[in-house]
Amino acid sequence: MRSNRMGWALLTPTLVILAIVGFLPFLYVLYVSLFDWNPFSNQLGMVWAGVNNFRRLVFDGAFLDSLWRTGLFAFVSVTIELALGFLLAQTLVKPFPGRTVFRTIYVLPLVMAPIAVGATWRLLTIPGFGPIPYYLDRWFDIDYRLGTFADQAFITVILMDVWHWTPFVTLTLLAGLTAMPKEPLEQAQVDGANRWQVFRYLTIPMMMPVLLTVIFIRLMDALRIVDEVFMLTSGGPGTATQFIGIHIYRVVVPKTDYGYGSAMSLLVLYFTIVLCWLLFIALAQVGKQRD
Amino acid sequence: MKTSSSRKLLGWVGLYGLWIVMTLITIIPIYWMIVVSARSRVELFDAPTLLIKSFYAPNYVKPLTDPVFQRYLINSLIIATSNALLVTFLALLATYSLSRWRLQGSENIFFWTITQRMAPPAAFVLPIFLIYTRVFKIGDWTMFDTQIGLILLYCVFNLPFAVWLMKGIMDGIPVELDEAAFVDGATRATVLMRIIVPLVAPGLAITFILSWIFAWNEYLFAANLTSVNARTITTGLAAFVSVTGTNWGEMAAVATVAILPALVFLVFVQRYIVTGLTFGAVKE
Repeated sequence: MRSNRMGWALLTPTLVILAIVGFLPFLYVLYVSLFDWNPFSNQLGMVWAGVNNFRRLVFDGAFLDSLWRTGLFAFVSVTIELALGFLLAQTLVKPFPGRTVFRTIYVLPLVMAPIAVGATWRLLTIPGFGPIPYYLDRWFDIDYRLGTFADQAFITVILMDVWHWTPFVTLTLLAGLTAMPKEPLEQAQVDGANRWQVFRYLTIPMMMPVLLTVIFIRLMDALRIVDEVFMLTSGGPGTATQFIGIHIYRVVVPKTDYGYGSAMSLLVLYFTIVLCWLLFIALAQVGKQRD
Repeated sequence: MKTSSSRKLLGWVGLYGLWIVMTLITIIPIYWMIVVSARSRVELFDAPTLLIKSFYAPNYVKPLTDPVFQRYLINSLIIATSNALLVTFLALLATYSLSRWRLQGSENIFFWTITQRMAPPAAFVLPIFLIYTRVFKIGDWTMFDTQIGLILLYCVFNLPFAVWLMKGIMDGIPVELDEAAFVDGATRATVLMRIIVPLVAPGLAITFILSWIFAWNEYLFAANLTSVNARTITTGLAAFVSVTGTNWGEMAAVATVAILPALVFLVFVQRYIVTGLTFGAVKE
């Protein structure tokens, strides 16, 4: 006889820690979001505000801008990473001499601290001695100044993200490609299907679960990017790269507008959950089709 | 018309060309950081070259002998190591429980742990900050700016993936082993320590290393939840950009020091990095 009490006892420490640092803050933020609370303003305590904080959010131009900017950044960078990652993964399926070496070097960015990735790119792009502005000017006569031109800053942040995370996409898709059954592909070739047909009608559908997992994880990560961007551009020039994470970090936290900040945090969380949920539905749908 | 062998050769050239380019793209930014860390201020503003002609040691010596900086490094070491130990231990207990008992609602718990990791940290910075400064306090002592505060907090990111990673490994160990030991009169604790732990040891090592890397690399919470005593190396690195007239050579040196442990660890966990980063959803 095995008693369940022992099982629960082993699970309890994990649940307690996750409840304290994971769930409790969530409840607390829900509570605070319903108040006006700014310890450094004239009124010291919390004043009931109901849904006013949320009403304010809907008309907050800076918040909505940063939300839109984050969405655009996430969409563009994840799309590039997927396309590039898929291409590179396919070249790694068959073993070739040197594959392990290439792979080992290629995954280096994955374990770097995001803040160090930002530092790396900062060093590449500093006007004066960074190689990127130097060679762009010399070879292409392009005036590259990260601190001045909004578009350049935005593109550079995307390139940095692609540099940082394409290896992850590649390796994950490679794992999926390697685990794929070979017979249907060979059979299709015997039946005279061309490469594009095999790719479109066999590889893509069979890879769908892995693809969705990658999209899911990358999208979540891209939507909450802070560290790298903070280090590279600090959200500038102006607000060109002020994504939602940086917006909360730079605008809300220093202003100590706790009630409003909580409402904003919750709204961001809500959008993330909705997005997760949509992707999960897509994942389940694909699972059903395969059965 | 091309013959098949020349086509094959073209394929090889393309393949190697592609991967040499990819390797260069990956390496050059990191290498450039090391180059900058080896140069003095004057040398930096010459035309950029990739050669390291001399090694300007003060970039490394100055931060590494600075007591403030040493404390950042020690804090990072303590926090990452304690967190990794805690996470590995808790994940061992939790996954043993999840794989040996059919607990009501445990499937939901399993799913719930993963949703914790998906939450955008920016949305949690403020609540955690408020909780640490205003709720968890005993007299003058608060969780704010303490090592234990960060150690516990990093469990939120590390436990879910650790549980997912260990669950698969734990499920692979047949229950018959446990039962045979019980017949011989062993207790639960003996079974866990003497039979299970040795069998899942490689999994525990991977969990430890990946947790350690994630905790070492974390910045956003460390920056917002510490002020003086518990600052970590990543916040020390970030502090360089806010100072006017940044000493780029020193910043590059500190960044190099900050990525070094993770690069060393990478050697051991290379094959598991995908599993770790996808929380066990994709195995390699």
